[in-house]
Amino acid sequence: MTDGAAAGKPPAATMRVCLWGTRGSIASAGPDTVRYGGNTACAEVEGRDGTIIILDAGTGVRRVGNTYHEPRRLDLLLTHLHMDHIQGLGFFAPLFQNDFEIHVWGPPSTTQDLRTRLTRYLSPPLFPVRLRDVAARLELHDAPMGRFTIGGLEVVAHTVIHPGQTLGYRISDGTSALAYLPDHEPALGADGMPDRPEWTSGHDLAEGVDLLVHDAQYTADEYDQRVGWGHSRISDAVDLARMAGARRLVTFHHDPAHDDDELDAMLDDARARADGALEVLPGREGDTFPI
Amino acid sequence: MGWHNQHVAQRDIGLILMRQLASGMAVPMLLADDNGDLLFFNEAAEVLLGRRFDEVGDLPLDERREMFAFRDEGGVALPPDQPPLVVALRERRPVHRRVWLRGFDGRDREIEVTAFPLLGGGGHLIGGVAMFWARKQAA
Repeated sequence: MTDGAAAGKPPAATMRVCLWGTRGSIASAGPDTVRYGGNTACAEVEGRDGTIIILDAGTGVRRVGNTYHEPRRLDLLLTHLHMDHIQGLGFFAPLFQNDFEIHVWGPPSTTQDLRTRLTRYLSPPLFPVRLRDVAARLELHDAPMGRFTIGGLEVVAHTVIHPGQTLGYRISDGTSALAYLPDHEPALGADGMPDRPEWTSGHDLAEGVDLLVHDAQYTADEYDQRVGWGHSRISDAVDLARMAGARRLVTFHHDPAHDDDELDAMLDDARARADGALEVLPGREGDTFPI
Repeated sequence: MGWHNQHVAQRDIGLILMRQLASGMAVPMLLADDNGDLLFFNEAAEVLLGRRFDEVGDLPLDERREMFAFRDEGGVALPPDQPPLVVALRERRPVHRRVWLRGFDGRDREIEVTAFPLLGGGGHLIGGVAMFWARKQAA
């Protein structure tokens, strides 16, 4: 089993993140979503030493699971347990191979451990296979609040504003950093965005990162009808990124009702709002970003 | 928006949401961190405390004690460890008490205080809230 640096694989020049699912709420496959993709939240981070961290297990995790051909350790960091972030877990091929070691990290609860909460979905009648019956060596962890290390990567987990206990993650290899806040409504905690940094959800996770992958689900008009649902206007994503000094923003958690053309138009608006202060990039399934 | 030129540690999400809730409430509310340091009071509390929050800002507990003080129903000053919010934070329990409050403006007001601790998602103490219920003003 390889742990950290993959056997025979030279160190990569940079950490990188690949998007395997960028859609929010529900998978949305169809001719109108081909460019941005229809799979729900999943991103894969690979450190320079070969450490792999998979962020969320939406339907996109099925495809990334099929890319691991050698036994190894894999770490899945779940931001929260809404269906669009865990629905792919039962179709993650390494879970069913006995020579893989899989660690799943999720938001802590004061009442139930992560296994109990995940088993609500991964058990009959919702799913035919029970979590206890998977072949891989599976360990489930309540993610520690604050800093911890996975292989060659340092992870910081903090709660962010979203219904239910929800985490955002900051991942660093010591040289560069990315922040992943796929479901986040910072505007709910402020009368106006941007508020002061110490009173802005997600600020510390995103501060100074090279790449911020952030919820950008709504237009301003849509948000007015959905306050409290846990998601951002795309303008709030831009404002948070600017306040935090992020270098690049990747739009994420696209509304299932938005087709590719609408997402292009939202991206144009976001770039205009950023006004050159940061790079705003489209979060499209299959895209890879060096960090 | 040059926020990134300064580093100030972000507050816990529970405090951020409570501050936002308090700012929209008509009930006078005061928010403190786990040390008892003042973080925020809302517009309704400004009337009772005798000063606008923007004029006061964040205050360490010791300075807060100097700027507004509690007395019991008999007019005796409460010891530093007895104000309702201090008790709520120390003993991690709700406290309700009738007191006299001398605000920033030096005026005495008879109020009831409901104070309770805030336990964050991980179950740890992140701060506390005091809600003030006005009774009557001293002549």
